[in-house]
Amino acid sequence: MKFKSVFDIIGPVMIGPSSSHTAGAARIGRVARDLFGRQPQWAKVHLYGSFAETYKGHSTDVAIIGGLLDYDTFDERIKTSFEEAQKAGMSYEFIPETGHVDHPNTARIVIGDQESEMSMMGISIGGGKIEITELNGFPLRLSGNHPAILVVHEDRSGCIANVANALYKYDINIGHMEVSRKEKGHMALMVIEVDQNVDREVMDELKKLPNITQVTRIAD
Amino acid sequence: MEALFRNVRELVERAEKEQKLISEIMIEQEMLMTDRSREDIMIQMDRNLTVMEEAVEKGLKGVHSVSGLTGGDAVLLQAYREKGNTLSGDLLLDAVSKAVATNEVNAAMGTICATPTAGSAGVVPGTLFAVKNKLDPTREQMIRYLFTAGAFGFVVANNASISGAAGGCQAEVGSAAGMASAAIIEMAGGTPQQSSEAFAITMKNMLGLVCDPVAGLVEVPCVKRNAMGAANAVVAADMALAGVTSRIPCDEVIGAMFEIGQSMPSALRETAKGGLAATPTGKWLESKIFGGAVVGSGQ
Repeated sequence: MKFKSVFDIIGPVMIGPSSSHTAGAARIGRVARDLFGRQPQWAKVHLYGSFAETYKGHSTDVAIIGGLLDYDTFDERIKTSFEEAQKAGMSYEFIPETGHVDHPNTARIVIGDQESEMSMMGISIGGGKIEITELNGFPLRLSGNHPAILVVHEDRSGCIANVANALYKYDINIGHMEVSRKEKGHMALMVIEVDQNVDREVMDELKKLPNITQVTRIAD
Repeated sequence: MEALFRNVRELVERAEKEQKLISEIMIEQEMLMTDRSREDIMIQMDRNLTVMEEAVEKGLKGVHSVSGLTGGDAVLLQAYREKGNTLSGDLLLDAVSKAVATNEVNAAMGTICATPTAGSAGVVPGTLFAVKNKLDPTREQMIRYLFTAGAFGFVVANNASISGAAGGCQAEVGSAAGMASAAIIEMAGGTPQQSSEAFAITMKNMLGLVCDPVAGLVEVPCVKRNAMGAANAVVAADMALAGVTSRIPCDEVIGAMFEIGQSMPSALRETAKGGLAATPTGKWLESKIFGGAVVGSGQ
């Protein structure tokens, strides 16, 4: 079941005009910002399908930038996000693509600063609900509705058990978990959706585990 | 977590067996699936209801979108209604004007509550606030109206689609109208089965509706489609309350909507490439609004 809550149907409360092309777009931007962990200095946004055809009319561009500035769907500042981005020192570019994608409302967001960059693909599946389908080339499925931990690690035995054990120690229940890798024996990604927000302490402990490269989290 | 219902048949059966309202089954399922208290859930829905009230109020005072394509029709409709000579009836025109009010606010980038989407946000509140004047419900009954509408929307979203890009306008305004119709039944004291009939009758009359927004804006024809969605919902609710039933069961109507959406060409699914968007006037409006200017790169 893709839709689990009645508030996916009666909601979200949002700035118009489109739940999929405005609210969903803002949410995709905000998850990217969350995963990056800080305000990016630049953003390149590739739009596909209906996003590419109608983004101007639906303010999809304005909404994605609002999300990258950490605004929620009902934040009035979404309307002036281009000006706000300028104030925050973030440059941005929108690239409508003609290539075929699985879902009609797809955006690939590439963001970065002097330290690092990140690429994320998100889809807006209707009524403001979104899914993240790719992160730095790793296929994944993330709703952004629950707090989640993303762990980049070496594709070695014991990694998953170590992470699960650490979470158990802090009494954190795993709601949904997925593991993917680009190539056997190289880098792999764990996506763990949990029931409650994860403290800094837990994150630090996960980072210390063997063969773990990077740990990021998405708050509720 | 296993849902309490996966389709309309299971929803109605459970409500009948446990002698409960559909809204109650939806509330119980929400508590179960999201592990939240009843109070918490009721408070959140109460807040959504307030957002809807404020949007209608704002729209009835008169708003205009940036493009200039929509706005002011809710004011015209209310003024006409107040003269007391409406042909289609006072309640129907009240629902229509309040649906239009909500979507005019949405088009003007105002704050609304998506039901189930922003483009179809007018139908559920428009009908609710019109029927309210006739049935005089308590605040709780008004909140329950939204849960009943939500229960049907939940089934459509999981078994078909509520996205215009995926299934056309039938998936958005069609779903919203069906949801509203089912909720009117509960508020008017009808049975869960009658809610199912009302949804089916409404949706059958929305099947095939394409998503063809002029210039890609959620304005033309979206605002007026919400008006007709609201009218359709009220009439279908009256039909179901009169005892009229749908020959095709509700879940099969939803299945048909999904199939039709799947076979709709992409030009008619929110790409602004076909239908009204592709008419000479639609094209002219698009070039007038966006001109030849390149929008999309900043700084």
